[in-house]
Amino acid sequence: METQAFKKIYTKITQITKATCSLQASGIGYEEMATVNGRLAQVVKIQGDNITLQIFSGTEGIPTNAEVIFLGRPPVLKVSDELAGRFFNAYGEPIDGGPEVEGEVREIGGPSVNPVRRKQPSELIATGIAGIDLNNTLVTGQKIPFFADPDQPYNQVMAMVALRAKADKIILGGMGLTNDDYLYYKNVFDNAGALDRIISFVNTTENPPVERLLVPDMALTAAEYFAFDKKQKVLVLLTDMTLYADALSIVSNRMDQIPSKDSMPGSLYSDLAKIYEKAVQFPEGGSITIIAVTTLSGGDITHAIPDNTGYITEGQLFLRRDSDIGKVIVDPFRSLSRLKQLVIGKQTRGDHPQVMNAAVRLYADAANAKTKLENGFDLTDYDMRTMSFAKEYSHDLLAIDVNIDTTMMLDKAWELLGKNFSKAEVGIKQEFMDQYWPS
Amino acid sequence: MEENKLTTGKVSGIIANLVIVEFDGPVSQNEICFINLAGVRLMAEVIKVLGNKAYTQVFESTRGLKVGETVEFMGHMLEVTLGPGILSKNFDGLQNDLDTMVGTFLKRGEYTPAIDVDKAWEFTPIAKTGDVVIAGDWIGEVKENWIGHKIMVPFKFEGKFTVKSVKPAGNYKASETIAVLTTADGSDVNVTMVQKWPVKVPIKAYTEKPRPFRLMETGVRIIDTMNPIVEGGTGFIPGPFGSGKTVLQHALSKQAEADMIIVAACGERANEVVEIFTEFPELDDPRTGRKLMERTTIIANTSNMPVAAREASVYTAMTIGEYYRSMGLRVLLLADSTSRWAQALREMSNRMEELPGPDAFPMDLPAIISSFYARAGYVFLNNGSTGSITFIGTVSPAGGNLKEPVTESTKKAARCFFALSQQRADSKRYPAVDPIDSYSKYLEYPELQEYLAKNISPGWLDNVLETKNILLRGKESYEQINILGDDGVPIDYHLRYWKSEVIDFVILQQDAFDKTDASSPIKRQKIMLEKVLDVCRSDFNFDNFEEVNPYFKRIINVFKQMNYSLFESEDFKTYEAELEVIIKERKAA
Repeated sequence: METQAFKKIYTKITQITKATCSLQASGIGYEEMATVNGRLAQVVKIQGDNITLQIFSGTEGIPTNAEVIFLGRPPVLKVSDELAGRFFNAYGEPIDGGPEVEGEVREIGGPSVNPVRRKQPSELIATGIAGIDLNNTLVTGQKIPFFADPDQPYNQVMAMVALRAKADKIILGGMGLTNDDYLYYKNVFDNAGALDRIISFVNTTENPPVERLLVPDMALTAAEYFAFDKKQKVLVLLTDMTLYADALSIVSNRMDQIPSKDSMPGSLYSDLAKIYEKAVQFPEGGSITIIAVTTLSGGDITHAIPDNTGYITEGQLFLRRDSDIGKVIVDPFRSLSRLKQLVIGKQTRGDHPQVMNAAVRLYADAANAKTKLENGFDLTDYDMRTMSFAKEYSHDLLAIDVNIDTTMMLDKAWELLGKNFSKAEVGIKQEFMDQYWPS
Repeated sequence: MEENKLTTGKVSGIIANLVIVEFDGPVSQNEICFINLAGVRLMAEVIKVLGNKAYTQVFESTRGLKVGETVEFMGHMLEVTLGPGILSKNFDGLQNDLDTMVGTFLKRGEYTPAIDVDKAWEFTPIAKTGDVVIAGDWIGEVKENWIGHKIMVPFKFEGKFTVKSVKPAGNYKASETIAVLTTADGSDVNVTMVQKWPVKVPIKAYTEKPRPFRLMETGVRIIDTMNPIVEGGTGFIPGPFGSGKTVLQHALSKQAEADMIIVAACGERANEVVEIFTEFPELDDPRTGRKLMERTTIIANTSNMPVAAREASVYTAMTIGEYYRSMGLRVLLLADSTSRWAQALREMSNRMEELPGPDAFPMDLPAIISSFYARAGYVFLNNGSTGSITFIGTVSPAGGNLKEPVTESTKKAARCFFALSQQRADSKRYPAVDPIDSYSKYLEYPELQEYLAKNISPGWLDNVLETKNILLRGKESYEQINILGDDGVPIDYHLRYWKSEVIDFVILQQDAFDKTDASSPIKRQKIMLEKVLDVCRSDFNFDNFEEVNPYFKRIINVFKQMNYSLFESEDFKTYEAELEVIIKERKAA
């Protein structure tokens, strides 16, 4: 750790709560780091010479005469190429048994990019998953979460996307990750021979929850180093942002703040935006793409965490088990990639937008037909055809185990449309009909 | 008044961006001050005074700030700089020019001038020596892009003035004196092209604010035809995320019939602003043939920029709008999203430990929102010409639930309600404006009714109301069909439902990403509505309900091809003829 030789040591704590302690001190900067009996802490409130510190690992066992040393700096990370292939805890300390990383010291949670210095995201990220590439195309510089129930295989899908995305660096920010999931990621990346492209900042369920608050900033400071300084394509995986937000609410609660919706702090939107908005396409070529996970409770997206996230991120992806085909699919109704308009029909074939919309609309008709069936009504011929279309569409395209390129996805979609519908029912622009309608 | 010794102070407490300052002289509410942080000056605004302590909200990150740092109070409120050179600029919420900032990352304490006062402009005088003028009167004009930018008697000037001299036509720097005015007591004041105005105070340099009456075309059918907005009107677009708020706002900013567009990106995604930065300099303005960016000013305070400046950004945008309105221009102000603004108010109210109102928002939220919306409007200026600010804000209701404080407060203030529906968005029926819940109060204004009858057609209003009725009846029939089953209802129910679907697919839905369909002039909207109503008013013969769906799908398909074709082109006419044939097939004699 760093030298603390000239620092003044305080030993008189006046107040201790579950997450914070207060003491009298002077000359302290806001958001400055400190250690309290060796535990890392940060200044969250200054009133005159009364300083409130948030202790990341909790205040259990902290005595009133604990040694408090102010470090004179905000939280930092040392950045260099040595980060690649390494595993760190929430403070940026190695947990893989390797040596300390040497490099330039950077403040984490630094300033944001001037919006006029950004470039419009325009590079498609191919994942091979049709539910994503066909219906919800991802673009570099985008930020998008999976909205998933805890039992859904989001970690698997995310690992799959990360490996296929051809990123120069993959940065994993694990918050409240179970040890098993942490090892899963480690193994998948290892087996793919990708370990030298991976950097991990992990707070597992075994670590104190408040520590999680540092993870996204750590991961994104490393990401900015590679994307901005090194002009690389960086993919940041953040899992699970719900647990991050829970940690925020713990802290705000300890600070006696008035909670807003769902006991979340009133600043939740700004807190989450600060993280997600680090996703950027730099004009010089580097980019940061963020794929996150927000776990839902019982699929409720009106809860403050997914709700605020949805307003910040550029779309969201839903997974769903389709009982008709017995596989997990990317839900075409609720999933959305807002940036897809920038690439579909431009970097992909011209018919992409119209085919995508037509197929989803017909899939929606199938859902209506299914409701009719469940309510005991007779189905029309059209209803039957939509249902047969929906099943094949789900099986051949939406299922997450499909791995084909976008042109093949479009051909497949035309094949299914032609097989089940008449031209008038599909309602696609005439020029594409002439070109692609299967004869 | 500016010569007075300025008050100074010292930092005594810091909680995030709320900084408490002990001061030694007079301090006013909303006064601007600068806090020193190791050589960097952070701008802040006084939001509460308690004894000798001023509570200030800092427009920047306070990381590293220490107790005891010095503070200078500036003696004025948050002001914007008004003058030629505002058009086409990209500002942050405090009117710093984003393009002249150094580096890729924003540096705190870096404030850049809003306009270049050394730039020379081609000036033409309007006022003459001896004229008696008051604040807001036009002294002269410079060409800013294609707009005749009026140089006005500064809004801060109170009372009557006599023009002593005006510079003759020629090139002058913005900071040069272009006129000298004499006050009633005989002293002279110099006027330049640049003036300042506090953002939270409305500019009232007009004689009258009548009820608005003139339709503002947006090219969006569900607005122009179904729920029209007027010049000087107010509207808001609430909707859950993913329902297409931003796409709709961008469509409005591209297509709306206005002289100037101000886009206030308030606490929203940076990439959306980048989209405007990237596209607007390329896109043509159909009315002037110039680039869209030439009539646009962007106030960008994205969600990751400081929260307090987010609150200021909407006021900055409105004040710039009022400035251009005073030149007799039609201004369209779009704010995305006003919920983020309200949240910024909530964060500060929370840090000041005020007693919270509903959902922890400040108690005076409804008052703040309605007084902001009230700044829009159609006005008669001192010289009889007119100007307007049309304001459309988006609202991002938490959980998509419209019964939340921001939506409810806005509903009381805004006259047009364009409710975006999750259900319509899910079934990709864009723009997802709910045809039943949405309304435009202006349709009830006799002033607008008269205008529509004169400028579109005498029967237009009746057509619109009939369309709304068909939609409502279609929805009822659909519910009946769902309850009783396809064969459990008379064929009429299916007909009624499918007629409403024709309206839905042809009039309400519009492809914002298709070159032709994206914008539909009112003339085209009129013809399409009449054609659709022809179908809806006709009787058709069907033997059973199973024939209804495919038949109307064919009609819809041809109508859609018409929407995708250039108006009255060969293709358009071919589809029109095809439509006639299809209709004849089953039309009852």
